[in-house]
Amino acid sequence: MNNLVSPTYQVAGKPRLLNDNTMHYCPGCSHGVVHKLIAEIIEEMGVEDRTIGVNPVGCAVFACNYIDIDWVEAAHGRAPACASALNRMWPDHLVFTYQGDGDLACIGTGETIQALNRGENIAMIFINNAIYGMTGGQMAPTTLLGMKTATCPYGRQADLHGFPLHITDIAATLEGTCYVSRQAVDTVAHIRSAKRALRTAFENALNRRGASFVEIVSTCPSGWKMSPVKANQWMQENMFPYYPLGDLKNDK
Amino acid sequence: MTNEIIISGFGGQGVLSLGKILAYAGIMEGKEVSWMPAYGPEQRGGTANVTVIISDQPISSPIVNRYDTAIVLNQPSLDKFEPLVKPEGTLIYDTYGILTPPSRTDIRRLHIDAMQAAADMQNAKVFNMLVLGGLLHACPIVSIDNVVRALRKVLPERHHHLIPVNEAAIRRGMELIQPLS
Amino acid sequence: MNETSEVVLLKGNEAIAKAAYRYGYDGYFGYPITPQSEVLETLALDKPWETTGMVVLQAESEVASINMVYGGGASGKCVLTSSSSPGVALMQEGISYMAGAEIPGLIVNVGRGGPGLGTIQPGQADYHQAVYGGGNGDYHCIVLAPYSVQEMADHVGLAKELMFKWRNPVIILSDGVIGQMMEKVVLPPFHPRRTDEEVRQQCPWAANGRGKEGRRPNILTSLDLDPTRMETHNRHLSEKYKQMEQAEVRYEEYHTDDAEYIIVAYGCSARISMKAIDLLRHEGIKAGLLRPITLWPFPEQRLAELAEQCKAMLTVEASEGQMVRDVRYAVARRCPVAFYGRSGGMLPSPDEVYESLKGMLS
Repeated sequence: MNNLVSPTYQVAGKPRLLNDNTMHYCPGCSHGVVHKLIAEIIEEMGVEDRTIGVNPVGCAVFACNYIDIDWVEAAHGRAPACASALNRMWPDHLVFTYQGDGDLACIGTGETIQALNRGENIAMIFINNAIYGMTGGQMAPTTLLGMKTATCPYGRQADLHGFPLHITDIAATLEGTCYVSRQAVDTVAHIRSAKRALRTAFENALNRRGASFVEIVSTCPSGWKMSPVKANQWMQENMFPYYPLGDLKNDK
Repeated sequence: MTNEIIISGFGGQGVLSLGKILAYAGIMEGKEVSWMPAYGPEQRGGTANVTVIISDQPISSPIVNRYDTAIVLNQPSLDKFEPLVKPEGTLIYDTYGILTPPSRTDIRRLHIDAMQAAADMQNAKVFNMLVLGGLLHACPIVSIDNVVRALRKVLPERHHHLIPVNEAAIRRGMELIQPLS
Repeated sequence: MNETSEVVLLKGNEAIAKAAYRYGYDGYFGYPITPQSEVLETLALDKPWETTGMVVLQAESEVASINMVYGGGASGKCVLTSSSSPGVALMQEGISYMAGAEIPGLIVNVGRGGPGLGTIQPGQADYHQAVYGGGNGDYHCIVLAPYSVQEMADHVGLAKELMFKWRNPVIILSDGVIGQMMEKVVLPPFHPRRTDEEVRQQCPWAANGRGKEGRRPNILTSLDLDPTRMETHNRHLSEKYKQMEQAEVRYEEYHTDDAEYIIVAYGCSARISMKAIDLLRHEGIKAGLLRPITLWPFPEQRLAELAEQCKAMLTVEASEGQMVRDVRYAVARRCPVAFYGRSGGMLPSPDEVYESLKGMLS
């Protein structure tokens, strides 16, 4: 697997911090791209010696296996609390959380909002694919109205399940946040934009400017039961109108 | 020698701090002390009581069934603690608001018009120091010098200028206390 | 800054707070709850962040508190939280994760009566929760049971030593009596906090950045989806717990030398029982006390020895009877073991304990 491409024909490398472990993510999942961006940015910033990642419960529970930095695996939803303590213990370190929608915007909503509102000098990366991937495609707080999942098989209905949660918009209203942005990694242009956003968040954290929050609107081809190409297309047509991309807040 | 003391009254009367000053004065005397409040939801006007034990020996239980000395500052406290005073023990009460005075004859009963005296001094805050003075006169558990030293420990430095007022109240309390006739 | 020991009159809760920064703890994370709020209040008032550099943070919940302790401990720092029974119930998931990932940390429980919201009055009904693990999985915490304000302070120091020696969470299981009462206490001298460099050297396993030397990444987790590896990890933990059982049993005895009747009690119940023993001794009844200082590991062996010498034992608790099971297990029918307890915020009184033991005289 690791030798598929002979070094002779290799035209682009992968970031040094992204190790050779085979990723468990499904084909077409956004996690892999975001992992690569994180590894690249930490490498470019030259801060791997003082970076601590906090990984969630969810598909990214194994993020720690792929990026060669120190990691603390938090309980479901509690990454922001864990990261708050880590940064207060090691104030000159880059501390970031990497969480999915169930983790960050459902079971951990309290920790998310409180850590952001305290203005913890951390970066929070929010992978929003509108579904619980790891447990097999159940309804998430960000599942769109009408969207079918294992626990809303007839589609999400507001009267039955409530509305999709705009946690990123909430984050932007909090005084503790200095930077809130919504990105995607479905096209090269979007990947470049996402990288800029993530770098901004990491720099803010290191410069102790308050809490930064970057949502990545993502695909879950397995959970959505679509091909990777179809999933990207579905995301563009359905997710982007509901979760529009761009900066929501950028305090200079 | 061990003195197991209950101080009981309304929240806001300074019951807990009276106990604390007494306990600190005990430490100044080189004695063992314990201070155990009955705590509840923080509430003004609720009941407040504290058990203070001052002893030459290490103190086992900070919670006791019977008391050598009871200081009761309202009727419910008197009703509750009068039966729990050991025979030959001491009961001190403030006459203000007391409709049924203590009736036991196998204990020493004393009263002090501290509420009235505090009003006369136009300083409601010294009420508990008047009571403390009464106690020290009835039961010289600790010296007044050590009480003053305790005040220095208990009061934050910015309130140290109030120590003379407190000391005066203690001395006034010593004069005011009287046996029940 | 005061470099020496100091005798003061303090509440047990205040002693916890002052001992924490004097023993060089790096962080406290907590949420207000009666009867332990003075811990956070004292820290807020004393501002150790301006002197020792200790971090103090009021968390949004006990759930957040314990996960802050999890994070701080995972980075090799010495951290603690405190709460009371219902709050500690909320922390159980985090404590299980700490035990699983072998993350040090101190959890102080100033217990009150339960179950549920229960009462704010003192209680000892969290023995099962602390000793048998309220969280999921095979794990143990070292459980210390202070019976005085002095021990509240001392155990904060002992916990620091034990949590790093064993890479394991430590619980101080106290109660509303010991937390709220004031006694004379000798506070320890100031121990400097470890420098970041010392933390890195002493905790090479911790997640605090790979450092300039670029060591292999450290990953702190309790997860392993491979059952064979997970079992191997559990076996490693079990082996560690066996060693802890050998090394860390602590207890104290009061008049046990010639005792025919032995009371077993910890925390506030031990204090109350000592008064009862004095009353009994006054009447010529040979009563004594075994006071477990560690509830886990439990002084099983010493109890078995004492059971051979005495006529009967009486376990006293501010609960409906929890530790008594461990006493009976250790005694293994060598002598009768009776129980006296009050609960729901009521406490056994010295007189009740006295009467209860007198009722056992044959």
